[in-house]
Amino acid sequence: MKNKKSETLEDAVGRIKDGATLLIGGFGQPGVPEILIDGVCDLGRRDLTIVTNNAGTGHSGIARLFEEGCVSKLVCSFPWAKESFVFKELYNAGKIELEIVPQGTLAERMRSAGAGLGGFLTPTGVGTDLADGKPSMNVDGKDYVLEKPLRGDFALIKAYQADPRGNLIYRKTGRNFNPIMAMASDFTIAEVQKDVAIDELDPEVIVTPGVFVDTYYVTGWYEIGKERSI
Amino acid sequence: MSEQTNLLTRQQIAARAAQDMQDGWLVNLGIGMPTMIPAFIPSNRDVMFHSENGLIGMGPPPAEGEADQDLISAGKELVTMVSGGAYVHHTDSFAIARGGRLDCAVLGAFQVAVNGDLCNWRLPNQTSGSVGGAMDIAAGSKRVFVMMTHTARDGAAKIVAARTYPLTAMKVVTKIFTDMAVISVTPDGFVLNEVAPGLTADVVQAATDAPLNMDAVGTIDVAA
Amino acid sequence: MLNKKSETLEGAVGRVKDGATILIGGFADPGTPEILIDGLRDLGRRDLTIVINNPGMHNSGVARLIEDGCVSKLICSFQWPKESLVFLERYDAGQIALEIVPQGTLAERMRTAGSGLGGFLTPTAVGTVLAEGKEAMTVNGTEYVLERPLRGDFALIKAYKVDPRGNLIYRKTARNFNPIMAMASDFTIVEVQEDVAINELDPEVIVTPGVFVDCYYVTGWYEIGKPRSAGNA
Repeated sequence: MKNKKSETLEDAVGRIKDGATLLIGGFGQPGVPEILIDGVCDLGRRDLTIVTNNAGTGHSGIARLFEEGCVSKLVCSFPWAKESFVFKELYNAGKIELEIVPQGTLAERMRSAGAGLGGFLTPTGVGTDLADGKPSMNVDGKDYVLEKPLRGDFALIKAYQADPRGNLIYRKTGRNFNPIMAMASDFTIAEVQKDVAIDELDPEVIVTPGVFVDTYYVTGWYEIGKERSI
Repeated sequence: MSEQTNLLTRQQIAARAAQDMQDGWLVNLGIGMPTMIPAFIPSNRDVMFHSENGLIGMGPPPAEGEADQDLISAGKELVTMVSGGAYVHHTDSFAIARGGRLDCAVLGAFQVAVNGDLCNWRLPNQTSGSVGGAMDIAAGSKRVFVMMTHTARDGAAKIVAARTYPLTAMKVVTKIFTDMAVISVTPDGFVLNEVAPGLTADVVQAATDAPLNMDAVGTIDVAA
Repeated sequence: MLNKKSETLEGAVGRVKDGATILIGGFADPGTPEILIDGLRDLGRRDLTIVINNPGMHNSGVARLIEDGCVSKLICSFQWPKESLVFLERYDAGQIALEIVPQGTLAERMRTAGSGLGGFLTPTAVGTVLAEGKEAMTVNGTEYVLERPLRGDFALIKAYKVDPRGNLIYRKTARNFNPIMAMASDFTIVEVQEDVAINELDPEVIVTPGVFVDCYYVTGWYEIGKPRSAGNA
């Protein structure tokens, strides 16, 4: 059996190329794969499209990707938090493109990609600016917007524990988008607090089956949302 | 072809198909003959089996006294789970199938057409025949292999130029394992890769309703 | 806190009325809520539409509802196993309508209903008889069929353990359609092997949150797929 573990951070993220679309987990700070993001920053990649819920906090994590000029486009639901000042500055300077997607639609678009579907009809956004230019349909008297799948070349996610097959469990609200992004990418990279031996994870409680995980990197516990020396 | 000798047994077809299951693959097996494949997977290969009723890592039938009534395969047989497996619900299970996470599905068939069309759920002019998960799995798997007898009981060809049976999925079959041959389905048509020991390519062609490319034909290794 | 426990079987299933659409869990015998089905049968309801993967094996499960003439329509993926004798007989006699849905599409249609969506585009069944009459669309060069949500007035499901809020966990392949059906009905009724106190279920491992569950009935363990005498639930 092939163990999906990457021994080094560079092994885990090294195959990401310029111009790739990255799905990055997390909601607020919990579940953001900060170590993997640092790894991508260190690679100095350019022209990345980032799909993530928030537009970064302070100078660390996703904000660092913006600050170092790695990102040309952001797809997210919540860009204008006051802690996302790095993104705001770049956006105002015309250096980064933005696509705003309602949060539930963002999750569902990725699930739709992961589930091999071609799109779905949602009542979310009907009649709003966010529905402009999208096909609309009326089903049984109710209006819907047709939303398309959203797929990543890579997913960077964070989990609590992994076994050698890449089966994952999460911790509290650190779960959020991570299991959906794992499904929706061509190559899923997980950072995990801890790895365990085969059979240590109860098959009843696995949230992300290893089939959705390509490699994982063990980070140990760390305090989230803090700047780390590079 | 009912008089034909030298046909492979069901075990031999399963053993040959098992040789094509690559290390690291996740594979879904249709009901019937394909379920014989796991017993023939080479021991140095790690192949996981997905059962669409929510089981990733399907293992062999349970030993005497170890059966669990809540653990079955899609074919409704009591099974076990291998190390590192996971249970999922039905939409996650079909997200795996439809979402392109199955490296291979091995299914039975009534007909396979030269364009890869698969017919395996219903006979013509009959209402019976269960669709089950066949359409989803065939539409979503990275590869669809068919495992079947080369001809129908009445001798009719099942490998054909154009399907006449109700369709399960369009243009999906990539390889066919039968009791006579191994045939690849390519953009340029059927390619006869291997024939059963003691059979000639011409005999296989005669039992097939579409031209076979016979440029490089080997013999199926039944000792494998 | 409202405890969602029903002390009697009739209390659990009694509100199901004639003509209702009922989602019933299970893939073959595992996960089939056999006791709830027996309870429903004892009520003698008529004209039910049943959504279930298999139409009952032998004389167990939903076959008993069909046998008693409770069912006017069946929506399922796997309608013709040899064991489904009761269904076959009624179907051949023209006494029951049938809608065939591919298994993944069946699950996804219910998930779509449960998620408040209006439909989805699937590659499954494109070009087949099961796509006839449905809208087709091409997205990025791939053909899809537009499938609609499928909702139940009731869901009858089976789980392993429940807490007073109706949080559920399942057991092995008995999970199958149950969590999806729980999401997709107006009123979800669960039979469970065991109920536990609040806080006994780890919130990390709950598969169906109690928000999707309206009431539950505790059955204890039983051997699945065996005929039980009527009223002995």
